[in-house]
Amino acid sequence: MELQVKNLAVARGGVPVLEGLSFSLTAGRALVLRGPNGSGKTTLLRTIAGLQPALEGDITGAGERIAYAAHADGLKTALTVTENLTFWAQVFGNTDISQALAGFDLLGLAERPAGSLSAGQKRRLGLARLMVTGRPVWVLDEPTVSLDAASVALFAEAVRGHLATGGSALMATHIDLGLDEADVFDVAPYRAVPRVSAVDEAFL
Amino acid sequence: MSIWEYANPVKFIRTTDRLMPYLAVGAVICLVSGLVWGFFFTPDDYRQGSTVKIIYLHVPAALMAINAWIMMLVASLVWIVRRHHVSALAARAAAPVGAVMTVIALATGAIWGQPMWGTWWVWDPRLTSFLILFLFYLGYIALWEAIEDDDTAADLTSILCLVGSVFAILSRYAVLFWNQGLHQGASLSLDKEEHVADVYSNPLYVSIAGFVLLFIALVFLRTQTEIRARRARALIARERLT
Amino acid sequence: MIALLTRDLRLAVRAGGGFGLGLAFFLIVTVLVPLGVGPETALLSKIAPGILWIGALLACLLSLDRIFALDFEDGSIDLLATAPLPMEGIVTVKALAHWLTTGLPLVLAAPALGVLLSLPQGGYFWVVVSLAVGTPALSVIGTFGAALTVGLKRGGLLMSLLVLPLYVPTLVFGAEVARRGGEGLTVQTPLLMLAGISFGAVALLPFASAAVLRINLR
Repeated sequence: MELQVKNLAVARGGVPVLEGLSFSLTAGRALVLRGPNGSGKTTLLRTIAGLQPALEGDITGAGERIAYAAHADGLKTALTVTENLTFWAQVFGNTDISQALAGFDLLGLAERPAGSLSAGQKRRLGLARLMVTGRPVWVLDEPTVSLDAASVALFAEAVRGHLATGGSALMATHIDLGLDEADVFDVAPYRAVPRVSAVDEAFL
Repeated sequence: MSIWEYANPVKFIRTTDRLMPYLAVGAVICLVSGLVWGFFFTPDDYRQGSTVKIIYLHVPAALMAINAWIMMLVASLVWIVRRHHVSALAARAAAPVGAVMTVIALATGAIWGQPMWGTWWVWDPRLTSFLILFLFYLGYIALWEAIEDDDTAADLTSILCLVGSVFAILSRYAVLFWNQGLHQGASLSLDKEEHVADVYSNPLYVSIAGFVLLFIALVFLRTQTEIRARRARALIARERLT
Repeated sequence: MIALLTRDLRLAVRAGGGFGLGLAFFLIVTVLVPLGVGPETALLSKIAPGILWIGALLACLLSLDRIFALDFEDGSIDLLATAPLPMEGIVTVKALAHWLTTGLPLVLAAPALGVLLSLPQGGYFWVVVSLAVGTPALSVIGTFGAALTVGLKRGGLLMSLLVLPLYVPTLVFGAEVARRGGEGLTVQTPLLMLAGISFGAVALLPFASAAVLRINLR
């Protein structure tokens, strides 16, 4: 089972931003999306995660197989690191969070309230959430924001571990993760031709 | 030839433009003749005197206040099921008209109630229901105004309209239960017993016809305005592209 | 789902969670009314059931915007939407958590506040019963209102405007049960209507709330 995107067009606020996208992501592979700010990477990832409808085209192998992580980590500042992670594990029907804590070097912080963490530590906790979902396809939007070099290495290691167990990862990022095996997909050539939306067309 | 063709904004404007003069003239004729006939050529009631004649404003406005909401409900359902933009815009256009009709019904009721019941306002079930209906209109209009994206606003207000309709009916029964009320029975009904006399009801029918035509004309006009506003935004969007 | 419920309850009782705010508001309203209308026992005892209901309703309203706003700000709602929970389940759990943290304390506090308003002797039982039956409807209807306004900045005032008309039938029947109970009249009809509204709202409104929330996340 692979994630397949065929002739996809996505819109932000009713305006098409990317169109004619086709790619596939097989198990054990990582795909890095590149493109300038505002080119529609976030919109594309939200569409693949099922948070907004596609304008055109098909997405197969997504839906219940996706673990999505965006700019906001969805952390509750009043809960401890363990409580935050346990909650997400339970939502996805899992119980074991020790691997995720260890993978992102959070063991020492386990009992701290999430509100007292630094931005980078919060980010690590947000990424550790991916490991407790048990979902095969990680969809990541700028996963390395506010991470230092050591944490980026931890993250790359986690992705590698995920790929080794038959998972896959689709991410939008600007920095070099040190993931040499990852394929790169540049969205810049797929920028949607400026046009009036079909709905507006009817009003002209 | 299907009715859904009129869901095309351009076709809607063209068709309603053709109908508008007839509607407007019809509304004026019916309103003027109904109201003049009603106000000057009907006898005073033996108990209520000339105050009874306010029914020529009060009853049609109250009818339209309810019918406008029903029309919005139908238009909302059409939008949810078939996603025709004209339908959503028509619902939006009807709301303020319905709200004004509600205010007219409440105000004329108060003006009539002062000499008759000795008070401007009582918490009678009918009056209370209309006041609550007015609150529903306000909420609906406010939600439309608050949301920027047209389609999102149409979706949300449609669902609010559906849910609101159920609760409006519940409220109607709730206030009926809560207070039995002073208000007389229906002015017009198939049951001749509680019907007003023919000498009063004939001009009332004309006046109601006038209000219906006026309502249709206003909704057409306001829908056209909404369509043109939407069109202006589409044109600006296209202008930016080139 | 249970995980979501326990998380919401835990968040409510932790520092800054706002648990007890509704209760405090309820207390303040009941204290302010006698200050406004005068200390006459006969008058207070007559209006006590209505005041308790209005106070409970406003206390409920006050806490509604917390239902989704915080989860929306920190991105939890997006993540929950991609989780294997049906949206209908999420909104139901949210409403349940709101009822447990706001509605239930109000029900339990009502008799104590009834003393302040010299509620008639027979009224205590029926005030508690009517609130216990009616507050779930307030929470579920409120969740719908909160879902409608979730993405809006300063949506609080708009939400009150949307939710309060929807509260009318619940308020009328609830206060009627409490009033009739206090006067020793039969309460069967309004109580059945109140229960009907509560059950109907709990059964059907989550579908509307879920639909609205999905639209707002787009």
